[in-house]
This record gives sequence, C-alpha cells and structure tokens, in this order.
Amino acid sequence: MSAIQEKTAVTEKYLSLFGESKAALNEGSSPLLNRMRDIAMKRFGQAGVPDYKNEDYKYTNLKPAFDKSYRPALVNQSPIVNLHDIFRCDVPELDAYTILTINGWYYSGNTELAGLPNGVVVGSLQQIANERPELVENYLNRQAALSNDPIVALNTAFAQDGFFLFVPKSAEIEKPIQVINLMLSEESLMVTQRNLIVAEDNSRVKIIFCDHTLSASEFLYNSVTEMFVGQDAVADFYTIQNQHNNSVSVNSGFFKQGANSNLMAFNGVLHGGLVRNNVNVQFAGEHSEANVYGMSFTDKKQHVDNFTYIDHASANCLSDQVYKNVLNEESTGAFAGRIHVARDAQKTNAFQRNNNVLLSDKARMQTKPQLIIDADDVKCSHGATVGQIDREALFFMRSRGIGESEARVMLMNAFAYEVIQKIRIEPLRDRIGELVEKRLKGEISHCHECEYKCDC
Amino acid sequence: MEDQDKILHDVTSQDYKYGFVTNIETDVIPKGLNENIVRMISAKKEEPEFMLEFRLKAFRQWQKMKLPDWAYLKIPPIDYQDIIYYAAPKKKPQYESLDQVDPELIDTFNKLGIPLEEQKVLAGVAVDAVIDSVSVKTTFKETLAEKGIIFCSFSEAVKEHPELVKKYLGMAVPTGDNFFAALNSAVFSDGSFCYIPKGVRCPMELSTYFRINTAGTGQFERTLIVADDDSYVSYLEGCTAPMRDENQLHAAVVEIIAMDRAEVKYSTVQNWYPGNKEGKGGIYNFVTKRGICRGVFSKISWTQVETGSAITWKYPSCILMGDNSVGEFNSVAVTNNYQQADTGTKMIHIGKNTKSTIVSKGISGGKSDNSYRGLVKVMPGAMNSRNFSQCDSLLLSSTCGAHTFPYIEVGNSSSIVEHEATTSKIGEDQIFYCNQRGISTEDAIGMIVNGYAKEVLNKLPMEFAVEAQKLLQISLEGSVG
Repeated sequence: MSAIQEKTAVTEKYLSLFGESKAALNEGSSPLLNRMRDIAMKRFGQAGVPDYKNEDYKYTNLKPAFDKSYRPALVNQSPIVNLHDIFRCDVPELDAYTILTINGWYYSGNTELAGLPNGVVVGSLQQIANERPELVENYLNRQAALSNDPIVALNTAFAQDGFFLFVPKSAEIEKPIQVINLMLSEESLMVTQRNLIVAEDNSRVKIIFCDHTLSASEFLYNSVTEMFVGQDAVADFYTIQNQHNNSVSVNSGFFKQGANSNLMAFNGVLHGGLVRNNVNVQFAGEHSEANVYGMSFTDKKQHVDNFTYIDHASANCLSDQVYKNVLNEESTGAFAGRIHVARDAQKTNAFQRNNNVLLSDKARMQTKPQLIIDADDVKCSHGATVGQIDREALFFMRSRGIGESEARVMLMNAFAYEVIQKIRIEPLRDRIGELVEKRLKGEISHCHECEYKCDC
Repeated sequence: MEDQDKILHDVTSQDYKYGFVTNIETDVIPKGLNENIVRMISAKKEEPEFMLEFRLKAFRQWQKMKLPDWAYLKIPPIDYQDIIYYAAPKKKPQYESLDQVDPELIDTFNKLGIPLEEQKVLAGVAVDAVIDSVSVKTTFKETLAEKGIIFCSFSEAVKEHPELVKKYLGMAVPTGDNFFAALNSAVFSDGSFCYIPKGVRCPMELSTYFRINTAGTGQFERTLIVADDDSYVSYLEGCTAPMRDENQLHAAVVEIIAMDRAEVKYSTVQNWYPGNKEGKGGIYNFVTKRGICRGVFSKISWTQVETGSAITWKYPSCILMGDNSVGEFNSVAVTNNYQQADTGTKMIHIGKNTKSTIVSKGISGGKSDNSYRGLVKVMPGAMNSRNFSQCDSLLLSSTCGAHTFPYIEVGNSSSIVEHEATTSKIGEDQIFYCNQRGISTEDAIGMIVNGYAKEVLNKLPMEFAVEAQKLLQISLEGSVG
C-alpha cells in the first residue's frame, strides 16, 4: 500500500510541477510543441514514474532519482561565460561542425555553419518550429507518441527546445555534425531536451551527440531524439555520454527508416550516474538495415540500462545489435533488447548479442534479450553472456611478461574493441578507442578535463 | 509447396485420438468455491487439522490474488465459481488384484496404450493411476515397501505418514507462491507422494498417469517427492485427456525436495486435449513445478514433452541451495492450431559451485503462439556458478509465433552465464538435400523435426521416449508450410 502511495506521490510532484510551469513552458516555446503537452502529461500521469513494476524498467527504478527536487530549466539562460571557452571537446582531431546546447536549449553563441549543402536547415527546434513549421509539423512526435514510456511522455510535456536538422533529398553532409549537450547549473536542475532530425530520401548524414556535465549539481536529463531516415538514405547517429555520478540521464532515440535505408545507432557510456538509453527502430520500408551498437564502462555505484526495441514491421530487413558492458566496483547494469518480427515481415534477419564482464563481486548485471516472432521465414538469434576476464588469457599474457593490470586493460580493451570498430567515422573510432583505454586505466574517473572534480 | 500444404492440412485435420469419456459413477460436491467448500473437501478426505489449516491459509491468500497477466497468453476469463472442485469415484475401490478393478477403467488404460497388467509385468513400472483426483490403484507397492520407499496417493500419505507430509508440504511451493499454486493448495483433491529413504536407489521408474474425466471438474493434483540423502529416483508423469468442448482448468503443483547427494529425475509427457482446429475447447494447464536441491551435490532434472493443452503455463524450476548442486531443464514444446504455450524454467543459484543447464526446443505451427520464458538468477553468494541456456524455436507456418523471454541476473564476478537462442524455419536447402536423395518431403520434415528434438527426447526414460516420439509424429510430422 505504502509503495503505491509513494509512487503516486512522485508522479503527483511532476503533475503539479507541470501545472505550475505550464504558462512558462508555453510562452518559451512554439505552438507545435505546446499542442501536445496536455495529452502527454495525461499519459505520464496514467503510467507514473516507472519503477521495477513497470516491465520495461524492471531493472531500473527511477523513483528515487525522480524523488529529488529539481528546478526545471524553463527559460533559455545563456551562461555568462562563453561555452566555447570553458568546454573543450574530447575528440579534438575530429573535423566536424560543432553545435552546442546548454541545459536543453540551443546555445545562442552557436555560429552559422559554413559549407553545408543547399537546403540543409540546422538550428534550434523551437525557432524553426516557429519560423518554418512546415519542416517540423509532419515529423514532431510522430514516432515518440507511439511509445508507452512515461518518461518519453514527460519529455513531450516539458520539451521546449533542442537540436533540429533537416537534410533535403539527395544532399550529402560530408563532415559529421557534432552536437555537444552541456549541463551547467548551480542548483539541481531538470533538463528536457527534444531533438528532431529529418534525413530525406537518398541523403547522407552523420551526427555525434556528446553529453557532458559542467557543474557538480544534480541533473535530471531527459532527452528524446526522433530521427526520420528516408528512402535510400544513410544516417549515422553516435551518442557518447560522459556525465558525473550525480546525474540521471534518460535518453530515448526513435528511428524510423524508409526502404533501402541504412542506419547506425551507436551508444557509448563512458561515465554517468544513472543512465537509461532507449533505442527504438522501426522499419517502415523493405530492404533496410539497422546497426545498433552500445557499450558502457561503469564503476562506483553507477547504473547503466540499455533498452532496445527493433520493430521489423517490413519484410527483408536486417538488424544487428551488439551491446557490451564492463562493470566494476558496485556498479549495476541492465540490458533489455526486444526484436519484434511482424506477421508478414518474411526474410527478416535479426541478430542481437549482449556480452558483459563483471570485474567485482559487488557488481550486478541483469539482462533480458527477447524475441517476439510472428513470421516464419526468418533468421533471428540472440545471445547473452555474463562472465569475467578469461583467466587463461590473463595467464598467457602474464607468462609473457605483461603486468597483471596492464594485461587486464588489454583484455578489456579487446573486449570493447568489437563494438568500437563498428564506428564508421575513422577519427572518431580512433579517438573513442583512446578514450576507452583511458577510461579502463582509470584516467578519466573524473570527467575528462572537468575542473569541478565532482566525483566524490 | 502444394504438397506441403496438403500434408499440413492432413495433419491438422486429424482428430484427437484420445477423445473418449469413461462412464464411472462419480461423487461430486456442489459447484463453486468458498471456505465451506474447502472445509468440505478436507472433511470428505478425513484430513487432520494441519491439512485443513494449510488449505484455509492458501484459500485466504488466493482470495487476495489476481490472475497473473505477464505471460504471453490470451487467457479467456475463468469463472472459478463454475467449477466442481472435488470429484471422486463413488465407491472407493479397494482392490487386491486387477480383476476387481472396474472393467471400464481397465479399458481406458488399454485405449491409452498403457495396460496396467502389461506394464506391471513387462515394463517393471509401478503405476499409481489417478482418475479424477483419487488414486484407484497403486501397484508394486509391496516391492517398493521392502526398500522402505513410500509411494502412495497423497491422501493415503496424509493418513499414514502425516509427519513427513507436514514437514515437506509447501517447502518448495509455499501456499501463497502464485495464483494457481494458492488455488491448488486450497482445493487439491489428491495426487502422489513419494519418499525415498537414505541411501536407497529406487529400483524402478515410478509413474503416474493422470486423466481428467468428469465433465466440468478441474483437476487439482499435488505431487510431493522427497529424496533423502544419497538416494535416487526417476519419476514419470504422463497424461492424456478425453475430448470435450468445454474448457477445463487444470492447476497442479509438483514439489521435489532433494537432500545431500540425492538425485531426482522428473519426466513429463503432456498430451491433453488441445482444442479443435478452430481453437474451441481444450485444457487450460497452469502448473507450478519446483524442486529444491537442499543438500550438497544434489541434482534435480526436469524433462518435458508438451504437445497438448489449449493453454500451457508452466515453469518447472530448480532452487539450487546446496553447494555443488545441479539443476537441469530439458523441454520440447509443440503448439499447433490455436494452442498457446508460455513455458520455461527458473534456475536460482544460491549455493556455491552450482550448475544449471537449460535446453528448450519450441516448435510452433498453425496459428499458435509458443513462448520460452526463463530466469537464471545467480545470487551474490553463489560463487563459481555456471549456467548454459539454449532456446531454439522452429517455425512451421507463417501464421504462428515463437517468442523468447529470458531473464538473466548475475550477482557475482566468478560465475559464468550464457544464453543463446535462435529462431528459424526448416531450411529449403535441408529439404532439398533430402528430396535429392529420394526422401519425400514428409519424411524429410519428420526426420528434421525428430533430429531437432532428439537432444531432449534422449533424456527421457525408454518407455516415455517411445510415446513422446509417437506424439511428436502425430502432432507434427509434415506440418511444415
């Protein structure tokens, strides 16, 4: 009984927070975003803040994290300092267009990107929804609304701004676009960010999201990204998360793929307090391919939960998922992957694998790979393992004069390399490889380059 | 392709072979369920006080519970007040020899292909045949008694060995474990009880054939197997039910307790009426089966071949408490027409160096849904534990579904857990290969399916393996579209 009351109490808090903030939310945003708020909030209220009783959140109880009090970032407050000065990217050699967002808002200090193909629109979601609603209207919330996830509904209710990109037909953006999502606040902050990416037919685009915290305060980061990949389009979407231990981050990606399209959705968690990543892929046309990969490295009391849902709604599609986690100290990890092959989606190939290494006896891993298959001419498989570093391999290396800790790092690096090498942008691949190695050596137990050293 | 369609049609249009009703006079109590009914059942069975308390506790817990909805099943609403909870043959027969047994009953067994006398003499199997909840005939009892083995009906055990029943009843499946276990605990009418004393290796395979007989009765039987230190027993459970259009509820509980170095093998062939081709009728089979490896080096292995029932909801599990204990689960589940099955296992590793193996083979055809659902949980203290799970699904039609829902929870860094699952149909190339060598499509499919299930069938005791293979052929051979 008390558990139910408690759950209601947390949910109630957000319902009343919404009531208080509604005027500010509507004022600072666009009608396109505002029109969905009430319905979304109702859906959130029905399901409530998920805990282990919600089957999709069985291993991630968000209740305690949501129970703390946060101030929502309702207005676009540009920091006094120039963000370009205080933030230095971990991937410096990367030749990319850089966009910054701050506390969920498009940073006012972003400069115009030069050399983009004709017709490409990039900017603040709120601004573009106001100025060119025709680009946003047919896409915004078209995929996210299908989700049952209350946190996605909460995002829809609170979203005001975020990153927007439109790539017209047959346009090719050669350089990757790097979007750096920063969080900076003196007090506990709830950040809601909504991103929309439209890659029209036959276009080519690569996007890198980097999530960072710049101050030691508690953050509740709720980000939803919808990406529409048109026919014959090729799109890459990488997320690298490096946030401090007091941050709570729920990222939901919704990908809708047209026929013959190719998607890469990559997710690397280097650091984070409580991280939940949802990846939803829907095949709306035949002969498409989705590559969904992820890895995480956790220690202390961190928790990382990856949730994927691949909807094979069309025939002749291929999906490939590989998720790898290395867990140390008292960290916990979870993986839930679901492949759903619809009734007539014949000739589907769907593969899923989740490998985990536990380095300490206090670390925990929970995994539930699932297959729901309603067609017969399919090849589907999933596999999950939980284990530790191979003692024989360790012995082999030590007998050749490699120190134990170094051998361990090498083996873990090799374990992660399978995922890293899937990255299709070469400089990024090299750089991530280096970062992972640093992470494994414990050199970025503090957020890299962060002056706050919040990691207590 | 047309050929295959024809074969599919032939097979799916086959009538249920075991559909018949035995006319035995039965003694029934009024429909419905309330505390009085529970008391009435207990009184009719002349049970001691502790049994009545056990039942009432379960009933009160059940009243507060709701039908679980997490399974991948569409369960039509069940009216628990519309069920007769107790039916027993009216004249309680007490036979010395088979001649005194109701000839119709003997006939029933003959139709099933398990003539008591033949089994008695040839197969060396002791059969405790249960017809509608009350044991009618227990054979080989004397041979077993010499060894100190107790193998009798549950009601007899309650009367003659109350101390054992009291000690072990509810140890593996507590009264409030789940909705159906609570229901069973409250109203179970009879079942089997088996106790293997210390150091005894049971000389024969113990076997029970269950049949649901009286129309509109749910059968709630309860089996309790206790294997004391250093003992061994292999237990067989098989069932075929007569055809009926009315859905019948079946909620059984099986408990196994294995002490130090004891080994229990439990094998099931389940072939209850699955409903007709339109999905009408059929048995609802909601079973709770659980074994506890309490002692060190103990072993419990479950082997099941599930071909019947309209709805199957069944998760034979092992709790590996003793250090170095072993749990096994081998399953072939076949669904056809509108059958639904959600079956799997739970392996809970508590002791050190515990091992478990899961092999699950799902075969689905027609418009059926077949799910594997399993949990492997390694507790923090279960150092050096090992699990391997393999779940394969074979799809035989474009309208069926095969689903896999494994849950893996690992709490220490010295254990290794592996899970793999594949889903596919029979390859055209495989069939082509056979055709090329003069093997007809039908035979080829039979061969492939049998080969696919062989890994599990091989685990069955000889007598069962034959029956299981026959059943597979009836329900499957050639049914590939």
